[in-house]
Amino acid sequence: MACPATGQATRPVAVLTYIIRRVVGAFAMLIVISMVTFGIFFVVPQWAGATPEAMAARYVGRAATPETVHLVAERLGFNDPVVVQYGRFVKGLFAGAQYDYGAGVEQCPAPCFGYSFISGQPVWPDLVDRMPVTFSLAIGAAVIWVLAGVSVGVISALRRGSFFDRLSMGTALAGVSLPIFFTGMISLVVFSYGLGWTPPGGAWTDLAVNPLQWAYNLLLPWITLAFLFAAGYARLTRAGMLETMGEDYIRTARAKGLRERQVVVKHGLRAALTPILTLFGIDFGLLVGGAVLTETTYTLPGLGQFAILAIRNQDLPQVMGVVLIAAGFVVVASLIVDLLYAVVDPRVRLS
Amino acid sequence: MSFLDVKDLKIHFPTDDGLVKSVDGLSFGVERGKTLGIVGESGSGKSVTSLGVLGLHKGGPAKISGEIWLDGEELIGASAEHVRGLRGKKMAMIFQDPLSSMHPYYTVGHQIIEAYRIHNDVTKQVARKHAVDMLGRVGIPEPGRRVDSYPHEFSGGMRQRAMIAMALSCDPELLIADEPTTALDVTVQAQILDLMRDLQREFDSALIVITHDLGVVAELSDDILVMYAGKCVEYGSADDIFYRPEHPYTWGLLGSMPRLDREPTERLMPIKGSPPSLINVPPGCAFSPRCPYAERTGGRAETEAPLLAETEGGHLVRCHMDRTERRDLWENEIKPVLETQ
Repeated sequence: MACPATGQATRPVAVLTYIIRRVVGAFAMLIVISMVTFGIFFVVPQWAGATPEAMAARYVGRAATPETVHLVAERLGFNDPVVVQYGRFVKGLFAGAQYDYGAGVEQCPAPCFGYSFISGQPVWPDLVDRMPVTFSLAIGAAVIWVLAGVSVGVISALRRGSFFDRLSMGTALAGVSLPIFFTGMISLVVFSYGLGWTPPGGAWTDLAVNPLQWAYNLLLPWITLAFLFAAGYARLTRAGMLETMGEDYIRTARAKGLRERQVVVKHGLRAALTPILTLFGIDFGLLVGGAVLTETTYTLPGLGQFAILAIRNQDLPQVMGVVLIAAGFVVVASLIVDLLYAVVDPRVRLS
Repeated sequence: MSFLDVKDLKIHFPTDDGLVKSVDGLSFGVERGKTLGIVGESGSGKSVTSLGVLGLHKGGPAKISGEIWLDGEELIGASAEHVRGLRGKKMAMIFQDPLSSMHPYYTVGHQIIEAYRIHNDVTKQVARKHAVDMLGRVGIPEPGRRVDSYPHEFSGGMRQRAMIAMALSCDPELLIADEPTTALDVTVQAQILDLMRDLQREFDSALIVITHDLGVVAELSDDILVMYAGKCVEYGSADDIFYRPEHPYTWGLLGSMPRLDREPTERLMPIKGSPPSLINVPPGCAFSPRCPYAERTGGRAETEAPLLAETEGGHLVRCHMDRTERRDLWENEIKPVLETQ
C-alpha cells in the first residue's frame, strides 16, 4: 500500500515492483507449463505402464528390431530418472541438443523441440514458418472485432432498447453461438464459390510479397473469425458502458460542460475498457497459438493446422512444440495485458 | 429579478408505475454573493432541482416546465448545446461524494485542466498552472506536486477540496453544492464549510447549498428553502427558519437535528413515518400523514392542497393552519421543548 501523503514519490517504485512481479510470475508460469507438457508426453505414458522400449518404439518405425529399439531407448535416455530427462529437455530448449545416432552426431540448435517423426526435420523452423500465417489471421481479425465489437457495444448501450440495440444484440447472440466451421463454410460457399468475390480456401500470400493480395486472401477468414469474437466484445462493452455511464463521475463530466462525445469516449468508454482488455489478452494469446478451426476451415497453413496435422500423425515432437508455443503466447499476452492494465487503471499499480 | 430566478419549476419523470413528480412547482431566487440553503429529506427533490438548473435533465426522459432565469437568460427553452456551454463556466456544481464523483483513471490535475480548457482557449501549460493555482487556493499543500496525484491518493477532505477547485476553475457565477460535506468527517466538514464561505466571498458567486443537514445551512445560508415531496413548504431568511419556523415539517427537522448545546442523554425527536411516494401523490397536504397537527385543520389536510402563502416579510409557509395558531404552537409547545432539551 502506498502512503497517500507521498503518493507521487512511491508511484514509480510501485510500478517497477509491479512489473517485476508480473514478469517473474510469467516466467514461473512458463516453467510450470514446460513441466506439465513434458509430464503429459513423457511421464504419464511411463506411469501408465509404457516401458522405455515402448517409448522409444515411437521414434523408430515398425520395422525396427527389438535390439534397435532398446539401443534407441538407451540413446534417448528413457532409462534415466525423470528429473534428468526433464533437465535434458529444458537444456534442449535453451542451449540446443545433440542427437548421437551412432554413425554421427546431429546438432539440433536452440530452441530444440526435437525432430519430426514424419519429415525428419527439426520442429522449430517449421513452427517459425507457420507463425506469420497465424499472426496475420489473428491480428487482422483482432483489429476488426475490437473496432466493430466495441463501437456496436457503445452505440447499443447509449440507445438501449432501440431497434439498433435489439438488432445488434440479436446478431451478437447468433455470433457467439454459431461455430466457425459453420459460418466459415457458409461464407466460403456464398462469397468464394457462389459470388466469386473472395478467393477459395487455402490461399495465402506473404505480406512482404504482396500486401494487397495478403489482405484480399485473408479478408474472409478475418471477417468470419472477427464475427465470432466481436459478438462477445459487443455484449461486454454494452454491459460495461451501461454500468459506467451511470457512475457519478459521468455526471461530473457533464456538469463540467464536456461535450457528450467526450463524456462517452473519454470518461465512459475509458472505464469500461478494463475488462475488455483482460478478455482481449486471453483471446489474442489463444488465437496466435493457433486458430485451429479457422485455419482448418479455410485451409490456411498456420500453427492451428500444423497442430491438427501433428496430432493426426501422432508426431510427438511437433505436438509438443506447438503446445509449448501456444502456451507461451498465452502467457506473454496476459503479461502484456497485466502491464497495460497498470497504464489504463492507475489504482492497479498500488494494489 | 434575481441573478438566478427559478419560477414554477416542474420536473416530472414518466415511469411504468406512473408519473413521478420529483419537483412540482418550485420557485426561488438567489443573488450574487448570497447563499440559499435547500433542505429536505432524501427523495424530496433537492438534487433533481439542482441537476435541472444545470440542464442535466435535457435529452433525458424528464418532462420539465417552468422558467429558469440565469443572469437574464432563460435556460429551459435554451438549446442543450447552449446550456452545455454555460455549464462549468457560468454555473458549476460540487457533488456529494468526491471519490465516486471524480474519475478514478485521471489525475486530479488532469480533471481540473479538462474543466478549464473546455471553456478557455489556453495551452495545456497555462491550464496546468491554473490548476496548481486553484489547488493552492482551496488549501491543498504542495499543489505543484499533488496536481499529478490520482483521486484515490487523496484523503476525503482533500478530494472535496479538489472537487471545489475543479468547480471554481472557470470562476462560475452560480455554484451549486449538493451535500458538500455529507461524506466527510465532522472536523473536515467544518473546514470545508469555512472554505466555501471564504471562496464565495472571494468569487462573489451565488451559492446554493443542498443538504439534509440543518447544521450546514445554518453555517452558510442567508435564505433557506425547506422542501418536502417536490414542493417548497417553508421559505424564509435563516433567522425565520431557525427562530420563527411555522411549518410542522420544519419543526420536525429542527427537533431531529443533533446539537452540541443539548444534553447528550436527550433523545432526538425524529419525524414519524417516511416521505410519501412521489407517484400519484394523494390530494391534500403531502405532509399530513406524518403531521401531528393534521386533525386541527378539520379534514382539509386530506382533501385540499395547502398553498404557499406569505406570513410576514418574505417568509412563506405552506400550511392549512392559520398563522396565529402556528405561532402559538411554536411559542408554547415546540420551542420550549427544543430549548429545554
